[in-house]
Amino acid sequence: MNAWPFVLAAYGLTGIATLGLTAWAWQSMRSAEGLADSLKQRP
Amino acid sequence: MHGYANPARFLKFARPATGWFLGLGLLLIVTGAFGGLFVTPPDYLQGESVRILYVHVPAAWLGMGGWAGIAIASFMHLVWRHPLSAVAGRAIAPAGATFAALCLATGSIWGRPTWGTWWEWDGRLTSMLILFFLYLGYIALASAERERGGDGRMAALFGLVGAINLPIIHYSVLWWRTLHQGQSISITGGSSIAPELLWPLPLTVFGFSSLFGAIVLMRMRADLARTKAEARLRRRAGE
Repeated sequence: MNAWPFVLAAYGLTGIATLGLTAWAWQSMRSAEGLADSLKQRP
Repeated sequence: MHGYANPARFLKFARPATGWFLGLGLLLIVTGAFGGLFVTPPDYLQGESVRILYVHVPAAWLGMGGWAGIAIASFMHLVWRHPLSAVAGRAIAPAGATFAALCLATGSIWGRPTWGTWWEWDGRLTSMLILFFLYLGYIALASAERERGGDGRMAALFGLVGAINLPIIHYSVLWWRTLHQGQSISITGGSSIAPELLWPLPLTVFGFSSLFGAIVLMRMRADLARTKAEARLRRRAGE
């Protein structure tokens, strides 16, 4: 059995999930910190 | 560690550390994955499928390590009432759940060409699946408690009790000798993996751990900023 499709599927899945998780955490952090800063600056 | 329980002091450390952890993690992962995919030789028995090792082992390590982190944060929350411990538990849980799911998925993909099956109700696989469900339970409980303005004690108790599954996962390959292979690497006893196959593994393990650290820091910063924004909105509504 050719194992390469399985190897690539495992790496692809890990890459997509890890990058997705990182992007989600980054986006939540930026938007929450942006909101907190804008509320601090507004009179 | 007690010193960093102060949110202001924590943020002073977390702001520069996030970028460092993220950069180091990505660099080590790319290097380790390149080595694992293109430089190491195929295994004499498993052939090319052994390359899944370099993503499966870090996922297993972080799936279990994430819950160990939740258990430590839960203990600190219950004993010392550290203000950041509940925030840390909530930040770790989705990352730990993702890596537990990745461990199950990559293990299943590895199992098909190696064992001839996608899934088997083996001790290691089943206890890892239970860990994934524990993560889902923790996430649901912690967010419900936060929404209702609770102090996070229930989630902390759940986090502490759930840690009983960690030694079960670890020793499952010794207690139930079924399909999953035994331990190949131990802190005290070295490794049974050939050095020419082993070298990318520490790179991906440290790389994914560093990235995990960055994700947790980002989620903690988001949680603290959200709390700050809510307090400012309440203060404004009261004026």
